[in-house]
Amino acid sequence: MKQPLLEVDNLSVEYMTENGSVHAVDNVSFTIGKGEVFGLAGESGSGKSTAAMAIMRLLQSPAIITGGTAKFEGQDIFKMSEDELRTFRWRKISLVFQSAMNALNPVMTVGAQIADAIVSHERVTATQAMERAAELLKLVGIESSRITSYPHQLSGGMRQRVVIAIALALKPPLLFMDEPTTALDVVVQKEILQQIAELKKELGFSILFITHDLSLMLEFCDTIGILYAGRLCEIAPAASLLSGPQHPYTEGLMHSFPELHGERHRMEGIFGAPPDMEHPPSGCRFHPRCKKRRPRCENTLPRLIHVGPRHKSACLLNEPLTAERPKVSLFPGKL
Amino acid sequence: MMFLRQLLKNKKAVVGLWLLGFFFVLAAIGPYVVRDPTAFLTDPVVPPNSEFWFGSTQKGQDVFAQTIAGARTSLVIGFLVGFVVVFVGATVGIAAGFIGGWVDDVLSLITNVFLIIPGLPLAVVLAAYMEASPRSIAIVLILTGWAWNARVLRAQTLSIAKKEFVQAAVVGGESRLRIMFVEILPNMTSLVVSGFIGAVVYAIGAQVGLEFLGLGDLSEVTWGTNLFWAANSQALLTESWWVFVPTGLCVALVGFALVMINFAIDEVTNPRLRAESSFQNVLTRAGIVPGFSTPVVQMREPEPQGPPPGQGRQPEDIDGPGDDDFSDPSWEEETKA
Repeated sequence: MKQPLLEVDNLSVEYMTENGSVHAVDNVSFTIGKGEVFGLAGESGSGKSTAAMAIMRLLQSPAIITGGTAKFEGQDIFKMSEDELRTFRWRKISLVFQSAMNALNPVMTVGAQIADAIVSHERVTATQAMERAAELLKLVGIESSRITSYPHQLSGGMRQRVVIAIALALKPPLLFMDEPTTALDVVVQKEILQQIAELKKELGFSILFITHDLSLMLEFCDTIGILYAGRLCEIAPAASLLSGPQHPYTEGLMHSFPELHGERHRMEGIFGAPPDMEHPPSGCRFHPRCKKRRPRCENTLPRLIHVGPRHKSACLLNEPLTAERPKVSLFPGKL
Repeated sequence: MMFLRQLLKNKKAVVGLWLLGFFFVLAAIGPYVVRDPTAFLTDPVVPPNSEFWFGSTQKGQDVFAQTIAGARTSLVIGFLVGFVVVFVGATVGIAAGFIGGWVDDVLSLITNVFLIIPGLPLAVVLAAYMEASPRSIAIVLILTGWAWNARVLRAQTLSIAKKEFVQAAVVGGESRLRIMFVEILPNMTSLVVSGFIGAVVYAIGAQVGLEFLGLGDLSEVTWGTNLFWAANSQALLTESWWVFVPTGLCVALVGFALVMINFAIDEVTNPRLRAESSFQNVLTRAGIVPGFSTPVVQMREPEPQGPPPGQGRQPEDIDGPGDDDFSDPSWEEETKA
């Protein structure tokens, strides 16, 4: 099998507090192949940003990575020294921040900020760096003449494009996008995502895409991982997730937004609130809110098992066993 | 209440509060218990013994009695000055920062004038000019001490006043006073408290210093005059260390207790600092020096994964008859695990 670009195995991240630790990311494993768009979805506080920032080793104290490996092209990121990390970040994995408003320095021109990323990693002259900055601006769909503009002279969408240009400055093979379009209106959001898709076709990078917008994700990503309370509850190709979610939580998410085409459905939410991560529920983290829970869900931690080709789910209903196994087929025959 | 309970759980706070409480009790009831600190009771310069625990001064006074009697004036002046300095500083600073306009101009001008006045020399001059008493020393210290607090709190108020919850309070029709002291002030608790503790430490130190220079009322027994008389009678030349060490130690311990309380309040009001010690503990146990990047401490066992693809249930099996895949031994293992 071809080596994946990024291979995350059993990643655990904990935040230390005075009364013990909070297990924010719990044994999360996934891989991202070349040219693949991998989506991480989940509610606020489910650990999606924490997982991504942990892979880049960018979490500040009191966060500690307490287990697992993250291999980029076979190289373990968790064993790198500070110096290795410094050259690794941005050159290999770069990051598109959520809030373009805060990610850009208000007292520097956008050109200078793009050039900064280039100059600090490559031996180029300032003029060369500025020329490349102009090219990058053109690449993300902004006129090169805007290179001398300050962030406040640009619209929100343009600022987000500049942030993307900075992320692309070193042509990294992998981009982390932490809710890149959350602060933008839907029209601009669509434009930016199209731009990203085009750039991806042109430059061939992979993307780790983080959002809580599942419909956006289904459209944009090849593979999707659903996080709940720090654990992956389902990981599947977008098409297979759309046609047959195997975890009650994913099902709940799917029913919570309307479909544009097809019959009208009654929308259903998921009752309850996300769990308190300091005292997560026993057994399956989702059981207090699950409509399909069985008694053993309260004390058995479900594992992520294959339920279809490239489709894994962590639900006891999918684990074979036993008297509890429902007679009805769990799969509505769509796969 | 929540705040108080958290404070009492903090080790630094407990140490600081006990120590400070000890000195308060000493100051409150000590003078009634010990001998007269001004009376000449024994031979001069007697080293510590069972009758006179801390020995005697050059004049044959009881050092133990002097140390305890001195606590009262020093602590009262210290805390009084601390309160007034913070109160004046906070009022002027918040008013200047929040109201702005000409009020800010005037208040800032006054603050700046007091800031450029060199504090201790002015204190020396004023103390020499005014009638020698603890009260005039307190006035001198308040006059020279409030401006720094006003400056810091004005800057902080300027940044908080731009936040949306303050604008919401303005729109909601709250009065200026309420916005200043109920909406804005609590956001600066740690600044105010550290300003207060800094002011108390400064006041105790400066008072001792001024009196040591002979600018206080020398007939009073305070920690400052104790040290003045110790120096005056050449305690160092006669090697009678017991005359000045107890008083010096008390000043240092009160300062230490206040700083401990300051650290503790910082930690309680900042959750990140609270977590810092457990964070450090984990890293120290693993022998890792924290750097810029997230530390990695492998302490979780990787979870067993589900069966590899192909061994798991495949979609074509699912609706097949007989569910024969459940007789697969790999399933047995997995369910037992």
